[in-house]
Amino acid sequence: MTKYSFLICLIPALSFVMIVFFLRWKEKLSAGWSIASILISWVMSIIVLIETISRNGQPYEASYRFINLPGINIEIGILVDALTAIMLVVVTTVGACVEIYSVGYMRGDSLFSRFFAYLSLFLFSMLGLVLANNFFMIFIFWELVGLTSYLLIGFWFEKKSAANACKKAFITTRIGDLGFLVGLFLIAFYCGTFNYGDVFAKLSAGVMPLGVLTATAIFVFSGAVGKSAQFPLHVWLPDAMEGPTPVSALIHAATMVAAGVYLVARAMPMFIGTGNGAMVVAIIGLITSLLAATIALTQNDIKRVLAYSTVSQLGYMIMALGLYGYDTYHGSPSVGYFAGTFHLMNHAFFKGLLFLAAGSVIHGIGTNDIREMGGLYPKMKTTAITFMIASLSISGIFPFSGFWSKDEIVASTLHHPVFLILTLTIAFMTAFYMWRLCFMTFTGKPRDLDRFNHAHESPRVMTWPLAFLAFLAVVSGWVGMPWLHHGFSSFVYAGAHAPEHHAPSYALMIISLCVALSGIGLAYLMYYKKSISPEAIGQRFRLLYKLSFNKFYFDEIYQVAIINPIMSIARFMWSFDVVIIDGAVNGTAWLTILLSDIKQWFDVWIIDGAVNGSGWVVRQIGDGLRFIQTGVAQSYALTISALVVLFGLIKFELVYLTWSWPIMTIIFVMGVTALILVSRVVVTRQELNSDISKEDKV
Amino acid sequence: MLLSSLIFIPLLGMVVVMFMPKNSNKAVKWTATLISSIPMLVSFWIVWDYFFSHSGSAAMAYVEGPFDWIPILNIHYYLGVDGISVPMLFLTGLLSTISLIASFGINKRVKEYFAFFLLLESGMMGVFVSLDFFLFYVFWEVMLVPMYFLIGIWGGPRKEYAAIKFFLYTLFGSLFMLVSILILYFTSEPHTLNMLTLIEISPNLSHTLQMVCFVFFFVAFAIKVPVWPFHTWLPDAHVEAPTAVSVILAGVLLKMGTYAMMRISWPMFPWALRELSFWIAILGAIGIIYGALLSIAQKDLKKLVAYSSVSHMGYCMLALAAFSSVTAITGVMFQMVSHGLITGALFLLVGVLYDRAHTREIAAFGGLGVKVPVYTGLMVLFGMAALGLPGMSGFVSEFMIFIGAFSVLNKVLVGISVLGVVLGATYILRMVQNVFLGNFDKERWGDLTDINVREIITVAPLALLTLFIGIYPKPLETLMSATLQNLVDLLAR
Repeated sequence: MTKYSFLICLIPALSFVMIVFFLRWKEKLSAGWSIASILISWVMSIIVLIETISRNGQPYEASYRFINLPGINIEIGILVDALTAIMLVVVTTVGACVEIYSVGYMRGDSLFSRFFAYLSLFLFSMLGLVLANNFFMIFIFWELVGLTSYLLIGFWFEKKSAANACKKAFITTRIGDLGFLVGLFLIAFYCGTFNYGDVFAKLSAGVMPLGVLTATAIFVFSGAVGKSAQFPLHVWLPDAMEGPTPVSALIHAATMVAAGVYLVARAMPMFIGTGNGAMVVAIIGLITSLLAATIALTQNDIKRVLAYSTVSQLGYMIMALGLYGYDTYHGSPSVGYFAGTFHLMNHAFFKGLLFLAAGSVIHGIGTNDIREMGGLYPKMKTTAITFMIASLSISGIFPFSGFWSKDEIVASTLHHPVFLILTLTIAFMTAFYMWRLCFMTFTGKPRDLDRFNHAHESPRVMTWPLAFLAFLAVVSGWVGMPWLHHGFSSFVYAGAHAPEHHAPSYALMIISLCVALSGIGLAYLMYYKKSISPEAIGQRFRLLYKLSFNKFYFDEIYQVAIINPIMSIARFMWSFDVVIIDGAVNGTAWLTILLSDIKQWFDVWIIDGAVNGSGWVVRQIGDGLRFIQTGVAQSYALTISALVVLFGLIKFELVYLTWSWPIMTIIFVMGVTALILVSRVVVTRQELNSDISKEDKV
Repeated sequence: MLLSSLIFIPLLGMVVVMFMPKNSNKAVKWTATLISSIPMLVSFWIVWDYFFSHSGSAAMAYVEGPFDWIPILNIHYYLGVDGISVPMLFLTGLLSTISLIASFGINKRVKEYFAFFLLLESGMMGVFVSLDFFLFYVFWEVMLVPMYFLIGIWGGPRKEYAAIKFFLYTLFGSLFMLVSILILYFTSEPHTLNMLTLIEISPNLSHTLQMVCFVFFFVAFAIKVPVWPFHTWLPDAHVEAPTAVSVILAGVLLKMGTYAMMRISWPMFPWALRELSFWIAILGAIGIIYGALLSIAQKDLKKLVAYSSVSHMGYCMLALAAFSSVTAITGVMFQMVSHGLITGALFLLVGVLYDRAHTREIAAFGGLGVKVPVYTGLMVLFGMAALGLPGMSGFVSEFMIFIGAFSVLNKVLVGISVLGVVLGATYILRMVQNVFLGNFDKERWGDLTDINVREIITVAPLALLTLFIGIYPKPLETLMSATLQNLVDLLAR
């Protein structure tokens, strides 16, 4: 079956295509088809897991070339090892529960079929991501997961908040992906391949200088920071709660956000190679976890509390993985890798359950605000009980699943006192805010009677998945009990960099249990017994309360420091383009036109002016001279005889040109003028005569 | 004959259309479309046959000529194609026919419109198959004429300005090209305009001449691409042109610039290229970021798509600067094809909305996803393709470009260019949000109709190809690999 495990992701893809093109109009058939597909995938995943266990976690790999490029091996293929097999089961289990649950939750929605199409597309992407055998392919599915997340958060896109949230999620995670991409380029440049095994082999052979390796590791990790909502890119996840609750359960709690943790776990050999890189990972995880837990303390939206709790728990896992990388780099592997992956699995079940149960509450009462809930236990018993089981699990109460993995996470911080203390603090806060939620929702007096009276338990199609997940939230941790020699721990390591098996530390278990219980106890006193007033504490730590309540103002800071400047730059660039660059183009055109205008003026007035001017002069001369040509024979004869006399005088030297020519000229001109005047009179008279004769004829 | 038919069938079609009776609008539309589907099918056949019989070698295929044309000047009629031009022929054939189908809504001076369009197709085909500089230049210029009229007569409110700007700008560039061609002609002995010969001998020119010719060619082609800062004709022309013409502009005409670089100036002057490649890369990076930022600031849907072209062609320039990497050069070809498909489709879709709403102002819409779900789906699909989502062709090309560029060029520069990926997501998603998500204005858009079958027919092939190349890029890569390898070898001279 392992050979055909690529089908596990292709079956939901087929279901997506079927629904979009053929089943869109048939709601029941769409849902049925989609659920059947995921169930088939689920069964196959379990078989694959069993086969992998029987192989002792030895990896199975198959691939084909995506594209033939010289110097770089880009392929599409699958890798099934312990981590993949576990993730397959986790994803399909939660996926199947969510799809069944959605039949009830989304009933009556006008886009019912489309919802199942999107869920199928999401499962395809997530399963593909898990099955990938190389960094290129994981990036492809990484982005597809981002796309489906976008579609699902914005599912109720008419709501402005949903429309904003989906855009924010996509762009924020894409900022992380940017780093991931650069990491991929570095890998391609130094290793010439994306295949996990080949890359890690080359890295351990030292093809990358240590500095570059650290940079690469941090770049790759930045992808995880985006997808797993780690500080400083955590801002999108709480907003993503605008999507329908099953989506929040599937994507933003159980699976998609786990992709980042999965990537860190998958690329662990890279982090092992660079101590500083691994430390960055651990620190980011710790900061995130602490920050989110602090914010979760004061939120009033049930889904937001859970969202911040998710961020916090993911930080936990990332921190454990980072510490493992750091410790292994320094030669003393801890249990961090096991702790991180183990918690990843347990968290998927109990957080999926928490969200689905919260969805059931919201479905029943019609609000997200815990201040309007209260006393719901008798109205919705299944929901309340499953919610509390999950809360016990996440708080780390024996023997629920969260207890085992949280214990391992604490164990992985043993060599780092600061981490240890803060991890326990976070555990305390987790227990507190989860039980604050439980008490405010299910116990006490109803705060909003109107809503309370309409509250009802959800239909069975919704509560059965809750019960199933509650079962897993109890037992899934048992596979990793410290007494087991062939449990989860030895399975995930599959021989590589495993820490020495050490005896279970009862002291640690008791400490972490006490921490959890005291968190629950405080919540009990404040929200059940009401012997401590939350308001008073809020007043006492006013600044801290405000910071927490306003999520440390991250959104506001980003708005002012990043988004606004980018928008201003964009607008400025646009005016720059229109005014300067296009201005230069249009200016050139204007100059050309101006030049041609000047040329035209020159042409008309100077060049053509010279041509026309000479014509004009000739014409004027002609005008003047035309009076000489009168056509009157007498005046011609007079002129000729005058000239003959004149030339005769000159010829016979009766007149001396040398001294008297000006006089002669004057005389000549006067003579000619006289002639002209005479002839003019004659002509005029003739013209008059002819005019008169014409009139006569008329 | 095969290649000549690509040029002359549309030309013949133009004549046929011109002689059709004046009032037969419907017949004119059908005739033009059917005639243009012949070169389309021929181009498909060429792709098919080239893939199986010629893709193994870098030699020119389906060569026609050289036949004497103007013997006294040693000008020949010389056609041939290789792995660079075959995808372009495919794109031209496909987009021309699709554009003609998309033009069925034209009702003003129908005969002239379709005649001009066929002339345009003929010119475009000619550019991609010419192996003689004179022929190339003729087709390069011939194209301008119908384009000028198509924008100037059937365009939007500022059509005259846009048309003349486009025409003059390109003509201005052609002048530089002409000078370079003349230099090459007169320095070669015997004088020749045969591109293949010139590729072999031009690296022997003096460095000064090489540099001059390279820069002149670059200006001519950069205007067409357009490379920043020669891009300002593009938003005007794209926005004012009728939908189908925008498709051709973005889908084919821009590619002529990059095509000509790969066909002419790059292999002819490898020395000058090496000297200037850093600056070309910088122009490419500026184009990527600048175009994306401008797209973010746009208020007009069509202008947004237009500026995104500047960004996307910037990727091509970045990769063209990384000329020693086969991966990068392959990425350029992928980007050319993929941008043609994706941006072509986006323009078609914007046109679909404009036909109904008579406005393209992004702020005028909102929540259209409720009213026109199929249209929304298609727009989101192509939007995602434009922002480089894996599974679609844009991702494959961008990934190859970055991998190739990263291995050759300055790493910081490429790192900055990668920012284009986030900015791309920003402008696409802002557009999607403002147009399709959020509140729906029932009063204003209550009777908006969804995309119709004819319009779906125009974008469906583009969607399928985008997905096909995105999921299975190997065939396209195989088609070009020998040619591109040869090109990279030529550039290493």
